[in-house]
Amino acid sequence: MSLASDTATPLRAGASLAGPSDYLTLLKPRVMSLVIFTALTTIIVAPGAIHPVVAFAALLCIAVGAGASGALNQWFDADIDAIMVRTRSRPVPSGKITAQEALEFGSILAAFSVFAMAFLVGYVPAILLAVTIGFYLFVYTMWLKRLTVQNIVIGGAAGALPPVIGWAAVTGNAFDALPWLLFLIIFVWTPPHFWALALAGSDDYARAKVPMLPVVKGSRVTRNHILFYSLVLAPVAVSPYALNLVGPVYAAVAAIGGLGFVGLAVALWRASEKTERASAMRLFAYSIFYLFAIFTALAVERLIGFAPGA
Amino acid sequence: MPLTPEELKKRNQRNWAIAGILLAFVVLVFVVTVVKLGGNIAHRPL
Repeated sequence: MSLASDTATPLRAGASLAGPSDYLTLLKPRVMSLVIFTALTTIIVAPGAIHPVVAFAALLCIAVGAGASGALNQWFDADIDAIMVRTRSRPVPSGKITAQEALEFGSILAAFSVFAMAFLVGYVPAILLAVTIGFYLFVYTMWLKRLTVQNIVIGGAAGALPPVIGWAAVTGNAFDALPWLLFLIIFVWTPPHFWALALAGSDDYARAKVPMLPVVKGSRVTRNHILFYSLVLAPVAVSPYALNLVGPVYAAVAAIGGLGFVGLAVALWRASEKTERASAMRLFAYSIFYLFAIFTALAVERLIGFAPGA
Repeated sequence: MPLTPEELKKRNQRNWAIAGILLAFVVLVFVVTVVKLGGNIAHRPL
């Protein structure tokens, strides 16, 4: 990790040109929105009652915890972010916020989100939130990201945990089948989602020496892997229906959405060198739509009373 | 060395943001406390 941006740190107290919006950017709001959405879905779907104010507090803690993870990631990866075109305008590499400030900001928010979750919502979701932040920082960011091509496969567990946290916020229990199936769906969804993006921007990762699959193993192996995970994802996403945990609305959206996912993965697998990038970006964009679609279906069918037990 | 006008402006913005967030958090803790006490709040010993 480089602290090169620290050399530009003003030594006078308060002498920073960073505004509140720069700190908000440090929280990676786009990633945060997906985390909030998946957690909100299980808060709606989970059996039992939760007061809307407590549900709001739970979502806020999850959002702040996810943001803290993003800030700590940008502290540790300041050197990588400065090299990559996609990330070089982030607050730390652009010099608006020092890496040290990102570390302090992220650490305070991480601790704050876990403690607030513990006393506003419950200990089980608080423990899960702490595990999520710790896994993302220590296992993914610090250990796997620079070490192995399987970095985002294993690291994806952190992004897959929010539905379990949301479920635990309502039920106080983390050992039900549905939230862990949703965890599995996001876990299997993550590799094709990120590898599609990495295929489109593999030069960026190569420059930064991040061992992403396309950089280390090449395009053909990456496309094989994307197709494999897509073929696993489609049935896994329908499995909650097979276990009678969700209703037909979800099943229909997951089945049709899964076919679309596999279709685009096959198109990418067959794409020529010339069309590969466009095909990868299509799959990347579709993967985001797909995840939103199946989680929306889950929440909607619960709200309209189509889900089992609704 | 004194802060430049731009640095002062940004510092003020950061301070107001922190004040706003802390105030919102105090309100949230208060409301969650009332919600968790529920109907019992009317029967507390005075």
